[in-house]
Order: sequence, then C-alpha cells, then structure tokens
Amino acid sequence: MEHKEQIRIASGQGYWGDLPQAPYWQVSKGLTDYLVMDYLAEVTMSILQKQKSRDPNLGYAKDLLPVMEQILPFVVQKNVRVITNGGGVNPQACRDAIFDIARKSGVRGLKVGVVYGDDIYERVDALLKNGHELKNMETGASLTTVRDRLQSANVYFGAFPIAEALKQGAQIVLTGRATDTGLTLAPMIHEFGWSEKDIDKLAAGIVAGHILECGGQSSGGNFLKDWKHVPDLANIGFPIAEAHDDGTVYITKHEGTGGLVSVDTIKEQLLYEIGDPREYITPEVIADFTSIKLKEDGENRVRVYDVKGRPPTDSYKVSAAYSDGYFAVGTLTYGWPDALEKAQAADKIMRQRLSDLGYKYDEFHTEYLGYNSCHGPLSPVQVEMNEVVLRVAVKGKDRYAVEAFGRQLVPLVLTGPPTVTGFGAGRPKPQEVVAYWPALLSKSALQPVVEVTEMI
Amino acid sequence: MKTVQLVKLAHARSGDKGDASNIGLIALKPEYYALLKEKATAEVVKKHFAGICTGPVERYELPNLHALNFLLHGALGGGGTVSLRNDAQGKTMSTALLRMEIEVPDDLGL
Repeated sequence: MEHKEQIRIASGQGYWGDLPQAPYWQVSKGLTDYLVMDYLAEVTMSILQKQKSRDPNLGYAKDLLPVMEQILPFVVQKNVRVITNGGGVNPQACRDAIFDIARKSGVRGLKVGVVYGDDIYERVDALLKNGHELKNMETGASLTTVRDRLQSANVYFGAFPIAEALKQGAQIVLTGRATDTGLTLAPMIHEFGWSEKDIDKLAAGIVAGHILECGGQSSGGNFLKDWKHVPDLANIGFPIAEAHDDGTVYITKHEGTGGLVSVDTIKEQLLYEIGDPREYITPEVIADFTSIKLKEDGENRVRVYDVKGRPPTDSYKVSAAYSDGYFAVGTLTYGWPDALEKAQAADKIMRQRLSDLGYKYDEFHTEYLGYNSCHGPLSPVQVEMNEVVLRVAVKGKDRYAVEAFGRQLVPLVLTGPPTVTGFGAGRPKPQEVVAYWPALLSKSALQPVVEVTEMI
Repeated sequence: MKTVQLVKLAHARSGDKGDASNIGLIALKPEYYALLKEKATAEVVKKHFAGICTGPVERYELPNLHALNFLLHGALGGGGTVSLRNDAQGKTMSTALLRMEIEVPDDLGL
C-alpha cells in the first residue's frame, strides 16, 4: 500500500448530545479525510444495554442515523471515511440500519466495518470464575458485591482493531466501547503504516485524539482565558487534526468557521480530565503529556510535536455500570426580598415534614442556584439577592421514600414562605441511580473482533 | 508583597475523574509559572477546598505548558454519575480554584 504523508481528521461529536449540525459542517465546509465521532459516556452503555434487552435491533446511538443520512453523500462521493463508537452494545444492528438508509438513498456497495468483542456483560461470571476479579479501581471492592445489580460491562479497545477495519476497506467503522483517543489514532496507523513499536508516534496520535475528543472544547468552546473575544461561536468550527507521518500534528479548523484554535485553547483541553500527566494510559501506549510541545503556526493553527510515550500496560480498562438505588431532584424559585432566607426556611420545613413522616435518605442535598451551587462553601455570602432557586435532591435505596420527597416539594408553594414560583415541572419523579465501576482486565482474556461487510 | 486572587495569574479548566475533580491551572504568562508552582501547593489547595474536597489533593507539574494539574479526591459528592450536585462533574471547580488568594511580589505589575 502506498502511504500518504498527511491526512485531515475532523472531530464531529464530542459526546452523545453534542451539536447535531457539527458532523455535516465538518464534511461540507472544507477538506476532510476522516470524520471521528464520540457517542459514549461512562454509563451510556447501561442505557443501551437496556434498550437492547427490550428490542434486539436497538442498543446503539440512534442519533447517529440522521447524521449518517446527512453525511452519506460525502462518504460516497468525496471518500470521507467515518469512525465512531456509536455502535454501542449493538454495532451490527447499527450497521444494518445504516445499510437501510444507504439503500433508500440509492447508494450501492457501501462497506461498513464493525469492531466488537468489547461487551463482556454476558461473560462476567465466566471471567470471575477464571480468576479475573474485576476489582473496582477506586475502592478495591470485588465485582461480586454488585454482580446482581450489574447493567453493563465493557472493555475499552483501542485504535488497532479500527485500523484493521480501515485496511479491509471499511468506509464507515462502527465500534462498541473504544477509547475516544483511539478513534483519532486509528487512521494514522492505517495511512502511515505505524506499528505497535512506533511508541512516540502512537503517543502523538493519542495526544491528537485527546485534543479532538471533546469536539469544540479545543476550538473556542468552554474557553476560560479570553472567552469574550472568541469570534462567532454560533458557527464554531470543530477541531481538525492534520496529521503527518512523522508524528507531527497540526490542530486547526475549517476556514470561515467561528471559534478559535490557539496555544491557549489547546492547553486548556490538554489539561481536561487527566490524572498524572506523565502516565496517560491507553491500550496502545502510555503518553507523556509533559513532553508535548505547542507552537502557533499561523491563524487558528497550532503545531503539536515532540510527543513521547512508553510501551502500554498488559491490561484493558473495563467500564461497568450497576444500579444503586434512586434519586430525585426538584427546584422552587424564591423572589426578593429575603429570597435566600425564604429558600433556606423552605428547605428546613420540608426536611422536618419528611422526617416527621419517618422517611430516611442516604443523602439529602440542598443548594441555592444563584448563590452556591457552583462553588459551595467557597461562595461569598450575598447581601441581597433578586431571586434564588432552591434546589433539593435526595438519594436512597427505598424508591417509595424518594417518591414521597417529590410529594412534599410542590406543597411548599402554599404552605411555606411567600413569593415562590417555578413549580411548573410538577412533582420530581424518582430516577434510577446508575453507578460507575472502573476495573482492569488482562489483555489476554479477550480479543477484538473486526468484521467488514459490503452492502448488497 | 500583596495578596491577589489566582484569577489574575492563571486560567483553568476542570473535569471529573471518578469522584476526583481534575483542575488544570495554566499561567497567564510564562513568567507566572514559577510563582504558581511555589504558592499553589497541594496543601494550600486542599485547605482552600475545605468543605468540598474530602480526600487528599495531588499535584502534578507540566512545565512544558506552564501548568499544574490538581486531582482533588472525594470532591464531587460521589462522582459524576451518582452525585446529587448541580455541578456533578465539577465543571466550575476551575474558577473555584481561581478564587484562591496568594501573596505576590509588588513589582509583578498586578
């Protein structure tokens, strides 16, 4: 295969629920070779697992379908290749749904790859039996303590299985649980012929992936330093990694779009959700974020270079989710004068009524929006507020008690402190608490499966 | 010497890692980095977040970015997916850190 010297990888979605027009913008507003989209947050898989148990044709990110419909012409006519983890717990069903869309649009011969084998939900007992403890990385507890409440369990695969699907000609690659960074690294591995031994280059691709994985958050969105001067956020250009075969990456965005790509926007994103910067662990490599060099290279263009890495660990990260009781959240708005005092009095009354009725909760949390819901006890006391939103939340194992909390909130309007409004949403309903269980699993315990299918 | 809030010296971004809040603190000018390193120690930050951060604070240095990364353990009410807080993921912890006051030399021009 002839290797390209550079490719343009565009971020189209930083999480499930991100700006829906961004993927289309990325393929239509300028040159893009690859479009990468992240759809999976920590507990998304448990929601998808439930959908799949109700209907075997579900269990993937359904929002992906209208996006695919929009961008399919670019896949077919402009050779844009798409990589996304929106396959969820059912990438095969996602593939079939995309084939349906393609058929309706008159497309022929589309090649879609799926990467699976990450879903270990059905295999958990066998793994436990074979001595894989799947201990909680934070608490050290054994998975057996929550086994009966488990809702999903997946390992994070990396870039190499995706690169394999690209090698086999897939125009669209749908994965289950794959690292966000792997989505961006995969086309570099494929196009530049990098191997497991190219540690520093892999680390460079991972860093590019980290910069792209939250979409607009590296191109002017949520930018604290100088947010007032970020131009035209309404038309924000999502970030693009122009990757070179030596591991140098330029971060940029399409011309004529809004937002900002600068050393400062990239710095903020590099520091987002990291632990020890010398040990950014992925399935392919351990990237050292203290080695990264950044240099402005013209307007909205930053050179990312000299990235170093170390060989990977022998484990996959496991992301599992389990049911952990119920919670409910409600709000009421109190107006001037004495807004905060009224809200505090209302909270006290409500707690007393629930306690008199004998209800108990694992947690009862009160905040005052407009006063302390962002910075808690660090919030300076306000002299006189125009209004304040009382926000109360409870959590517990007893669904009935959580429901009872909902029945006690709205009555405060006529039986508590005066000038209160904002009860339009009605009684807060109990919702299931889905807790996250991070663990490790030996890489030898399972293999990713890559399957590329041509539509007939 | 005079006392200023970190917001005059740095920008920041925060996110969640389980029940730990990660706050990246970035010097507004390269020459402020040494001062941040000296004054914004893990102990001082732990003290600043009294009543919020229930566990230890870890600090990492990224001299290449003129930045420090803090991990505040036990600071998110159980973690992003189970926390009852309005800011369950600690998205605004960045500016909570920027409220912190440190002593700076008078000739820094602040």
